[in-house]
Amino acid sequence: MDFVSIFNAAVTEMFGPTLLVYALAAIGLNVHFGYTGMLNFGQAAFVAVGAYGLALMVVTFAPMWFPGLAAGAVFWLGILLGLIGAVVLALLLGVPTLRLRADYLAIATISAAEIIRRVFRSSTLREWTGGSDGRSGFADVFREYGMVFGFDRGARFSWGPFFYTGTQLWVMVVGWILVGLTMLVVWLAMRSPWGRVLKAIREDEDAVRSLGKNVFSYKLQALILGGVIGALAGFISGLTTGTVIPDTYSPQFTFFVYAMVILGGAARVFGPLVGAMIFWFMFQFLTQALRQLSVQGILPPGVLDPTQVGPIVFVLLGAGIIALLIFRPQGIFGDRREISLDVR
Amino acid sequence: MYAEDMTTVDLPGRQRAREAFSSVAPEAGAAKPDPILVADNVVRRFGGLTAVDVGHLEVQRGAITAIIGPNGAGKTTLFNLLTGFDSPNSGSWAFNGRPVEGVRSYKVARLGMVRTFQLTKALARLPVIENMRLGAVGQRGENFWRSLVPWLWRRQEQEITERADQLLARFQLDTKREDFAGSLSGGQRKLLEMARALMVQPELVMLDEPMAGVNPALKQSLLTHVKQLREDGMTVLFVEHDMDMVHDISDWVVVMGEGKIISEGSPDQVMGDPKVIDAYLGAHHDGAVKTVAGQEVEAGDTPPPQVSESEQR
Repeated sequence: MDFVSIFNAAVTEMFGPTLLVYALAAIGLNVHFGYTGMLNFGQAAFVAVGAYGLALMVVTFAPMWFPGLAAGAVFWLGILLGLIGAVVLALLLGVPTLRLRADYLAIATISAAEIIRRVFRSSTLREWTGGSDGRSGFADVFREYGMVFGFDRGARFSWGPFFYTGTQLWVMVVGWILVGLTMLVVWLAMRSPWGRVLKAIREDEDAVRSLGKNVFSYKLQALILGGVIGALAGFISGLTTGTVIPDTYSPQFTFFVYAMVILGGAARVFGPLVGAMIFWFMFQFLTQALRQLSVQGILPPGVLDPTQVGPIVFVLLGAGIIALLIFRPQGIFGDRREISLDVR
Repeated sequence: MYAEDMTTVDLPGRQRAREAFSSVAPEAGAAKPDPILVADNVVRRFGGLTAVDVGHLEVQRGAITAIIGPNGAGKTTLFNLLTGFDSPNSGSWAFNGRPVEGVRSYKVARLGMVRTFQLTKALARLPVIENMRLGAVGQRGENFWRSLVPWLWRRQEQEITERADQLLARFQLDTKREDFAGSLSGGQRKLLEMARALMVQPELVMLDEPMAGVNPALKQSLLTHVKQLREDGMTVLFVEHDMDMVHDISDWVVVMGEGKIISEGSPDQVMGDPKVIDAYLGAHHDGAVKTVAGQEVEAGDTPPPQVSESEQR
């Protein structure tokens, strides 16, 4: 039983590329759920649209539409397509539902996320999207940029408990810059009169309307902002492995992100990042520790079979979130006073 | 209860309003010398029920007009219709001569017609001062791109904060400035909602039951504030059940019953109108056994709504 290596692996994951995908998705969801009070249960869809926008432009569309265009230009066109995709998705989801009661957005987003995932994985579109195998081979330009800064593909970087490959480290440099920038934008926006309108909408839409604010427009803007940040998560997701696979963006992804936002403290700038780091560390640590305990026979198969590790981790995390909601409903950064207020 | 107010020197705004009404006939749909709001044939049906069916209504500028009527008379529905929070089946109305039917609620507010709600809508998890700042219109920092550049809106924010602080002081909420609005008492929330509505700098303030659930001491200060609005040149239209308040502060009273306007006049004129008494207690109240509030009573058990001797002049 090597707890040090398990701990090192979990700490490495805690700052690694996958964490950055969750953190960016959570920062975006915090704009929707934490600040504006919109129940977006389809954050995975925004991430998928970002990742697929990039992948499909480079692998599928550019060879058809712009043969002969330089690979660097195609990459940036892919980024552009991902961002536009997120804006279009926000408009498609928001325009019909944001004038209605809050629950309609929840229904529309969770269905849309599943529709998008199933369209991407459908065998009918295999020619374009690669079906359930997804698409790969769109990250070369990005990795070449990394080599310019010395992040060689095969290199290994090790420091203290941390251990990353050159590809991972380059993704992390870009990812942490994106996390920093998006948190700066969220911080600036939410301390401004614009953010004040969003927070007021979360409290009571009609009151905000009665004060002359176009609530529909503000909700749509918030949906677009959070969705575009979700698309950034999609870029990191795709560029880490160089592959997009539709089943990465399942409803479970969205629920992980919700758990992270609530754990960190909704409507706090650092909440989603810290929530994501703690959640992801716990997830990795529990998974690997329990697997070792089981594989090495410390816990006999009658108690914990190796195939049961995955489900048991979910059970433990679920129990942890329930305990959190009972003992610290405001999350790590939240204000207890605030959560105990009678909102109506 | 409010006798001391009656002895105070008459205020110029009140005198102006009373003079304006001296030539107006006390009848439903009466024309006013200078109406700020004119509504015609406003009808709202919920299935088979006609909640509002107002033929003609004019609201005098610079005066305090009360809308009274029994529960279910359509007062709040009329408020919702006029402010764009609900759409009528038919009808038209104009604010300052500008047709506003079909205009969205937030645009109605920007035109200068601001309402409060029967169930107070304090923004609970925002501090009191942020509630106030939100009310200001035309804020540069409410645009997303400009919000990211604080020096574009910081000066305006300071001006807004100064105005908010003055209003908070006037409404005696300045000690609660940094508290969450959700921690205020019911009465303080009513005050906050009224102060927040004034941040919009409206011409017409529409208050939906401003006195509901407010203790007598706070009621007194709310009354003073409403009267001050008239002195500041604003028009007030309010829905209220508290007859003492209606009689004390309103220059004109509109009585609704079953969706229609059944009577108009000064408070004294309206309260002596047999149609009004009928609306509240049912017709033929001087004979047969009737039900009042679901309970069977003998006629005479429940007196018609009237004010005590000390308040009658």
